[in-house]
Amino acid sequence: MKNFQIIKALSSSSAVASSTKDSSVMFIAGGTNLVDLMKKNVVAPDKLIDINSLDLKKIEFLKGKTAIGALAKNSQVAEDSSIKEKHPLLALALAAGASQQIRHMATVGGNMLQRTRCSYFYNTDMPCNKRVPKSGCGAIGGVNRMHAVFGASDSCIAVHPSDMCVALAALDATVLVEGPKGKRQINFTDFHRLPGNSPEKDNTLENRELITHLEIPDHNFTKNVHYLKVRDRSSYAFALVSVAVALDLKNNTIQDVRLAMGGVAHKPWRLTETEEFLKGKTVSEETFRQAGNLSMKGARGYGDNDFKLILGTNAITEALTIAASK
Amino acid sequence: MASKKINQNKETSEDSNSRRDFIKKSGLFTALAFAPPTLVMASEKKWDEKIAEYLETVPLSIEVNGKKHVLNIEPRTTLLDLLREQLQLTGTKKGCDHGQCGACTVHVNGTRILSCLSLASMQQNAQVTTIEGLTKGKKLHPMQEAFIKHDGFQCGYCTPGQIMSGIACIKEGHANSREEIKEYMSGNICRCGAYHNIVDAITEVKEGGKEL
Repeated sequence: MKNFQIIKALSSSSAVASSTKDSSVMFIAGGTNLVDLMKKNVVAPDKLIDINSLDLKKIEFLKGKTAIGALAKNSQVAEDSSIKEKHPLLALALAAGASQQIRHMATVGGNMLQRTRCSYFYNTDMPCNKRVPKSGCGAIGGVNRMHAVFGASDSCIAVHPSDMCVALAALDATVLVEGPKGKRQINFTDFHRLPGNSPEKDNTLENRELITHLEIPDHNFTKNVHYLKVRDRSSYAFALVSVAVALDLKNNTIQDVRLAMGGVAHKPWRLTETEEFLKGKTVSEETFRQAGNLSMKGARGYGDNDFKLILGTNAITEALTIAASK
Repeated sequence: MASKKINQNKETSEDSNSRRDFIKKSGLFTALAFAPPTLVMASEKKWDEKIAEYLETVPLSIEVNGKKHVLNIEPRTTLLDLLREQLQLTGTKKGCDHGQCGACTVHVNGTRILSCLSLASMQQNAQVTTIEGLTKGKKLHPMQEAFIKHDGFQCGYCTPGQIMSGIACIKEGHANSREEIKEYMSGNICRCGAYHNIVDAITEVKEGGKEL
């Protein structure tokens, strides 16, 4: 790892002020992804701004919404009794990610900003448009079992690895950020972006902007929810495909529904068309199977990951069935 | 990793060298202010190298197993490398060094974390407990005894991490069933496959109800 300077920020505004336009200055919180990327020389900042002293660790239950500080740890949120009660889908998704040691270190802001685990992105001997723009994509035509089936481009077929973000996309969360131009809010589903011709940009944060909070509006999805994560081993592995489902049922009729997938795209993949299809329908195996088929419409495999098209249909059907039976 | 001999890629190596060269040269300019014999001496004793090293380090105050340490470290030093290379506490193991195996698990301020993904420079005033800090005098910790009794290892390399994680798993309240123990111990990989016996050991300590 290249050596670097490290300074401690004492307020979010001073953290932003200490940063520069130069990408060689980066914020560090839990460091579980950044330190690893630095060891691999995937990123090599000259200066780190340690933001762990900022007062952004609280989980607050406000009128009509829940506000989670960007520095709240993944385990802290996953195990908070009120989060489990009000946003069980978020708690389930967080508990499905990483290991307990990593969840103790990793923050929710950092979870959103984690980079893809595409092996071509990590291997500096390989071409990768995300790591070095215009260098090519090793995954297209390469080993791409873990890769995207939705929204990919000729430049990049990497997926966003987060579980937490899949639940937050389903729950219509909002991201609060602070930057040199002041504060602003970003809809969660607009936060991460598709690769297009500039896969080096994972999200819509502008230069020097810092995530300060997440907000989740109150909702009725407190019982019939499920986070299904399909992976190569039963714990501590990234998703091949994951599904976040939240159902609001009344007499077996779907009043409202939220559905999002992970492991399939450059961003958490919200399935609004399937949600519309399910609204007003009665719970049945046939309906859920149709929902599974509808959700994977437009998906495209790249060789090694062709199995995700069938796996996706089955995972959605299964996740809906489990959520409805709770 | 903290070693300066690390094989870096070309670009970052040049960056690093140019900064170091600058610091070395500025150090020598200072030395030029002295009489020539001083300059010769400075060169012989590699003062320039020492000045460069000093300017690239940060002060750290940290408590490990109840003992306070005040040191100067490079910002890039991980907690794992600090423990093993500078404090000679080699009980904590370096397995993958990338947060994938759990061998480096230690407790920081009572919470289990991965020391390989933690920068020591971000652990100012932290209280760290490693496998060396578990014994009281010659008496083994109950979890250490249980691992021996249940054969919770074969080669033993992952064992310090497994033990630190197992203790935390119980303290966190995640050892209420074999399934729960397996899920919350999943960050500790054992390539010998002693998992079954590790779960036995943790279950026994949990049921023993001793204060950990």
